[in-house]
Amino acid sequence: MAQVSSISNEQSPTAKSITLKILRYNPKHDESSQFMEFDVQYEKWTTVLDVILDVKKYFDHSVAVRYSCRQATCGSCGMIINGKPKLACFTKISELNSNVVTVEPMKNFPVIRDLAVKFEKLFDSHQKIKPYLIRDDTELVSDEKEFLQTPKEVEQYIQFANCIKCGLCNSACPTMATDSSFVGPQALAQAYRYVADSRDKGKDSRLKMIDDSHGIWRCHFAGSCSQVCPKGVDPAMGIQLLRGYMLGFSS
Amino acid sequence: MRESTIMKIHYGTALAAVALVAVHILMRLTQGFAESLEYESVLANYKFIPYAIMLELILILLAVHGFNGLRVILIELKQGRIYEKAVSYGCLAAMIGLIAYGSRTIIMTNMGLV
Ligand code: HEM
Ligand code: SF4
Ligand code: FES
Repeated sequence: MAQVSSISNEQSPTAKSITLKILRYNPKHDESSQFMEFDVQYEKWTTVLDVILDVKKYFDHSVAVRYSCRQATCGSCGMIINGKPKLACFTKISELNSNVVTVEPMKNFPVIRDLAVKFEKLFDSHQKIKPYLIRDDTELVSDEKEFLQTPKEVEQYIQFANCIKCGLCNSACPTMATDSSFVGPQALAQAYRYVADSRDKGKDSRLKMIDDSHGIWRCHFAGSCSQVCPKGVDPAMGIQLLRGYMLGFSS
Repeated sequence: MRESTIMKIHYGTALAAVALVAVHILMRLTQGFAESLEYESVLANYKFIPYAIMLELILILLAVHGFNGLRVILIELKQGRIYEKAVSYGCLAAMIGLIAYGSRTIIMTNMGLV
C-alpha cells in the first residue's frame, strides 16, 4: 500500500517540502495498519491539518480525518503527530523541525478508519459526571435570580471550563492505555470544574460517581494529560484538587 | 468498601510504615549488621514484647498496603467482572494468609516455642 507522491505544479518560491507519513487502517478489511508516504509542500503558516487536506485533495481522497473549525475550538482533529498527541489544526509543520511528519490516530481510542477514532466512551464518561450546574429547580425557573460570583470564585474553575473535549489528555494517559474502564483525565477535570463552581450543588453525586474502582484513584500522577492539553487545562491538577475533596482536605 | 476508604487505608498504611520502618532500622543500628542476624539475637528481638508488637504492626501495615497495591495493578491490567472479583478476593485472602503466617512466627518465637 505504501506509495510516494508529490505535488509538482504551481510551486511557490518560499515553499519547502516534507514527507508526510499517514497511518492507514480500516478495521473492516485491513489486517494491520500501514504507513502511506506523501511528499507535500508547506509554508511557514501551513498546519498539519492543511497538508492532510492537501493529500486528500491531490492524492488520495479516501484518507479519513475528522475536523471542523480549523482553529482549535471544536476538538475534532486530535491525532498523534510525530509521536505526541496534538491538534492537527493547531500544529504548524514548521514548528515540528523535522523533514518527516508522521500522523497516527489517537492512542487509547478505537479506530474507525485511518485518523478518525470513536469518541463514544469519552462522551459517556463526560456525561456521567453530570457536566452542568445542579441547582434546586425552583431557583432555576425564577428569572429574577442571578447567580453572582466574585472574580475569586470564577478563578477556582475557569481554566477547566476551557476544555474542548478533544481527548488528547485521554490519549496521553498511561492508565487509559491498560484500564479500559478508567474514567479518564478529561471527565475527571470536568468533574472538578463543576465541583469547584460556587453555584453548583451537585458535589456529592459527582464525587460518588468518580469514587469507583476505575475512578479517580486510578490516576498515578503521571501528568501526561496536562503536558498535551492544547487549551491550557491542567487535568492533573484538577484530579489532585478533587482528591483533596475526597480525602477531606477541601470542602 | 468504597474505593476512597480503601485508598485512605493505602496512604495511611504507607505513612505509618515509613515511621515504624524508620524505628525498625534505627533499632538494627544498635548492633552490627551481621551480629543482628545471629540466631540468638533474632530470638531476643522477638521476645522483647514492645519490639515484637512493632514488627507485627509493620507486617500488618505492609501486607495490607502491598496486597492492595497488587490489586490495583491487576485491575488496571485487565478488566472484567469475574476477573476483578477474583483479584479482590484473591488479594484479600493472600493478605490474610501472609499476616497469619508472619504472626505465627512472631507469636511462636515470642512464647518460646522455637
Ligand atoms: C513505606 C514506604 C512506602 C510508601 C511511602 C508507599 C507509598 C505508596 C503510595 C503513595 C502508593 C500509591 C501510588 C499511586 O497511586 O500511584 C503506593 C502504591 C503501591 N505500593 Fe507502596 N509505599 C511504601 C512501601 C511499599 C512496600 C514495602 C510495598 C510492597 C510490599 C509496596 C507496594 C505497593 C504497591 C504494589 C503499590 C501499587 C502500585 C501503584 O499504585 O503504583 N509499597 N505506595
Ligand atoms: S482537558 Fe485539554 S486535552 Fe483533555 S479533552 Fe479537554 S481540551 Fe482536550
Ligand atoms: S479542527 Fe477544530 S480543533 Fe482542530
